Amino acid sequence: MGFEGIGASVRRREDLRFLSGRGTYTDDINRPNQAYAVILRSPHAHARIRGIDTSRARSAPGVIAVFTGADMAAEKIGGLPCGWQVKNKDGTPMAEPPHPVLAVGKVRHVGDPVAVVIAESKAQARDAAERIAVDWEVLPAAATMEAALKPGAPLVHDDVPGNLCYDWHLGDKAAVEAAFAKAHKIARLELTNNRLIPNAMEPRCAVGEYDPATGDYTLWTTSQNPHVIRLLMGAFVLNIPEHKLRVVAPDVGGGFGSKIYHYAEEAIVTWAAGKLKRPVKWTADRTESFMSDAHGRDHVTKAELALDDQGRFLALRVRTLANMGAYLSTFAPCVPTYLYATLLAGVYTTPAIYAEVKAVFTNTVPVDAYRGAGRPEATFLLERLVDIAALEMGMDRVEIRRRNFIPKDAFPYQTPVALQYDSGDYHRTLDEALEASAWATFEQRRAEAARRGKLRGIGISTYIEACGIAPSAVVGSLGARAGLYEVANIRVNPTGSITVFTGTHSHGQGHETTFAQLVADRFGVPMSQVEIVHGDTAKVPFGMGTYGSRSLAVGGSAIVKAADKIIAKAKRIAAHLLEASVDDIEFKDGMFRVAGTDRAKALAEISLAAYVPHNYPIEELEPGLEETAFYDPKNFTFPAGCHICEVEIDPETGEVEVVNFTAVDDVGRVINPMIVEGQVQGGVAQGIGQALLETCVYDEAGQLVSGSMMDYTLPRADDLPDIRVGTAVTMCTHNPLGVKGCGEVGAIGAPPAVIGAVVDALRDYGVRHIDMPATPQKIWRIIQAGRQRLAAE
Amino acid sequence: MYDFAYHRPATVAEAVKLLAADPEAKVISGGMSLIPVLKQRLARPSALIDLGGIPDLAGISVGATSVTIKGRTTHAAVAASPEVKRAIPALADLASHIGDPQVRNRGTIGGSIANHDPTADYPAAVLGLGATVHTSKRRIAADDFFTGLFSTALEPDEIVTAVEFPIPEKAAYMKFPNPASRYAMVGVFVAKGPMGVRVAVTGAGAHGVFRHAAMEEALAKSWSPEALEGITTPAEDLNNDIHASREYRAHLVGVMAKRAVAKAS
Repeated sequence: MGFEGIGASVRRREDLRFLSGRGTYTDDINRPNQAYAVILRSPHAHARIRGIDTSRARSAPGVIAVFTGADMAAEKIGGLPCGWQVKNKDGTPMAEPPHPVLAVGKVRHVGDPVAVVIAESKAQARDAAERIAVDWEVLPAAATMEAALKPGAPLVHDDVPGNLCYDWHLGDKAAVEAAFAKAHKIARLELTNNRLIPNAMEPRCAVGEYDPATGDYTLWTTSQNPHVIRLLMGAFVLNIPEHKLRVVAPDVGGGFGSKIYHYAEEAIVTWAAGKLKRPVKWTADRTESFMSDAHGRDHVTKAELALDDQGRFLALRVRTLANMGAYLSTFAPCVPTYLYATLLAGVYTTPAIYAEVKAVFTNTVPVDAYRGAGRPEATFLLERLVDIAALEMGMDRVEIRRRNFIPKDAFPYQTPVALQYDSGDYHRTLDEALEASAWATFEQRRAEAARRGKLRGIGISTYIEACGIAPSAVVGSLGARAGLYEVANIRVNPTGSITVFTGTHSHGQGHETTFAQLVADRFGVPMSQVEIVHGDTAKVPFGMGTYGSRSLAVGGSAIVKAADKIIAKAKRIAAHLLEASVDDIEFKDGMFRVAGTDRAKALAEISLAAYVPHNYPIEELEPGLEETAFYDPKNFTFPAGCHICEVEIDPETGEVEVVNFTAVDDVGRVINPMIVEGQVQGGVAQGIGQALLETCVYDEAGQLVSGSMMDYTLPRADDLPDIRVGTAVTMCTHNPLGVKGCGEVGAIGAPPAVIGAVVDALRDYGVRHIDMPATPQKIWRIIQAGRQRLAAE
Repeated sequence: MYDFAYHRPATVAEAVKLLAADPEAKVISGGMSLIPVLKQRLARPSALIDLGGIPDLAGISVGATSVTIKGRTTHAAVAASPEVKRAIPALADLASHIGDPQVRNRGTIGGSIANHDPTADYPAAVLGLGATVHTSKRRIAADDFFTGLFSTALEPDEIVTAVEFPIPEKAAYMKFPNPASRYAMVGVFVAKGPMGVRVAVTGAGAHGVFRHAAMEEALAKSWSPEALEGITTPAEDLNNDIHASREYRAHLVGVMAKRAVAKAS
């Protein structure tokens, strides 16, 4: 056994089962007498349902039941709730139209669930679903934000005028206007942040079961946060109390945010299982995933940055339209507000910032958090704008950043957009990235590429993000309808092995390894003595789940807190056994020792005494050795760093090749460097995907054109370079581990570095900005236009 | 997928008989296009006639002047064949870039050309080399075989048994893959030899694979990438989608053709 404590690149223990095909995913779960659900989905973006005739489906072979929205409404089944209320500029609440589990009255996007068929086999359910006759009155669709905001646009919800969900703002408008009035230069940028379809490798799946003997419901589901699903579905949709509802999220094959939310299918299978007294399974096929998993991003933004004559940022003004899709997904309203506009200071000392965000309903799939959630949108906007400011000022892109960095002696640093950064050293991550990427010698590589007929460019982004979400009181004051603490329960078993129950959920992050390292380190025992349990409301006391890079910063801190409670109790037991004062007991390397002596007890001896309390301070202490801790973070954490990208463009075809990528991130203390590197690489891969490849396309009628892998371009291995990852750490000052988070930094930092490199490569063609994705066709057009312009001059 | 009857004949004659007896039946070879269509319920054949049980329908033979590839030969077999690599390296190269390893291990040349997907690679080689398609009842020249989008000269009860490629002096295939699907967004096959100078374009054409007469003329005069300078491709008959406009495709035809000639030189 090598070193396996904090800082060791221990191999992921969960990989043995994943790589050998022994994982247990939701679709692997089959219950006795299980039936199968198939959802009939709307083929129209917007249509009124004049009637649904299910009779031919009901009589089809193998069919057990067919349900529609009317059936659910008759039983007073609630709609899918939204977990965050954003307020308008005038203090009134956002528009929050109902989100029925199965459509009632009309459908609002292609893929909107209309009816469910439950049959003995999936094939029979699918056959029967084709026999449902819906009498549609097809309505004009508001397929884009532009279309939805036009006067007289079709209304997605009849009672939401102008399709406007909210009109929100943040910052000091007057201070910003004053600063713009005295600006030396103003950098301006209009951009679209492309809409993305998450595409976790494992499609969503749900199995509902009801035990008529006990009245207990169980839902197995592909979720990042089973307790949140239990709370939302139990309390708001199906009216099942927590103690009668168990939610299990077993092995989950990726989420990237898309498996945070409570989805209709979870409620459908649970409800149907109760009605039919049979387990019901639903598994999405990939086509359904495209049209029913919440999408990500989708902003249209205008931004202006005021500068003084030294290139210092004076003020930032931002106006953003954010697409909500047809309904409010669970956390949708907070993404383009409190996870976006609060990040607009970036790593810079900009003293005045004002952001206005209008959230818009459209006849498209709901949009919610996707890896990075709001922070990639802020970072892309800001870093692109800084590059344009450098152009305007005739300054070097690195120099303008350095000149505006928050200095490392300024922490804690209060931004003008609500956040208080606790620590960071932006010069250091920048310097290390410049060094690692050989920034200084780039022009030689550009010249060499030019000799091969290639256009080479380099781009940089110096980003910050806010994660480790979040202090409950703060988010509560901003409209969250939940707390965002985390929970840990540690059970030291009688013979000294340790079982840890965490409220976070691992679906690719490697918690079973990282958390075990952390606990083993804390208790001074081998990792093999530690088991991490997650994803089951019947086992874990409570939890808010995994998203917003919170698992280690919040969940890990809860584990530390519970461990410290265990150690405190164990010290008292040790004091009894060793006949010493508890103040004299030291705990180190797994041993409780009377200070300055060789009298000591191992953890296993303490635990045995706790469970077999023959010689035990029974008057003062309860037997057993198990503690629970709830940890509510004091602040967000603020990972930051520098990403540098080099690309080569084939000017004949417009193809972009990413030839170098360097990421130097400050993610706080690193527990497992290999896992951090993997997380950063995965994030960068998705960042490169957004920048060069991925985009969701709807046509004017609201049909999903990029509705399959044939048209939606996910990054593949050969789209990616060997990503160079480094860390340059400053400790988080307010959690016990000093950790910040690493799950999203890649997706946040990468896109502006990639686009910056593409724009740099095309600098001779008069282009200042390119919207994502920078596809070959788009680049070819820019080159064509540039050549024509140059020829005309 | 919907229910269908399944037949696994042992001979071509038996397959043809089954096919003739049931106009709603479909032949399945590797199934790399047909199976996804069935799974999506976009087709509802009454029966599948699986050619996988016909032992002498796969294999490669190389003669002095031609390479003959039987209909059920997989792309992987063509890509790996030392004989094909020696005789027509461009053909082995093309086969090695179709789909992914799974597709290449299942997909067959007969299935590919009989389907005539406008973004498939093989039709470019068949037309570009002026191959002869052998069927259960006759031989069809490549120029007569591809008749339009997803359509060929094959009669309802006719099965591709082999494709005979004349051995060229020079040939090459260049593909610009669709970024998402990696099918050919534009693929150009160029060849020079006993078949004359031929340029076949796949991926781009709204009616499927086509020959590029202007390029053939220019290359016949001078076999060099420079000879193609200034030759344009009319955009009207090209495909247009979210990945590439007609104009961009027309441009890429020129680029890929030049690169193919350079590769073949």
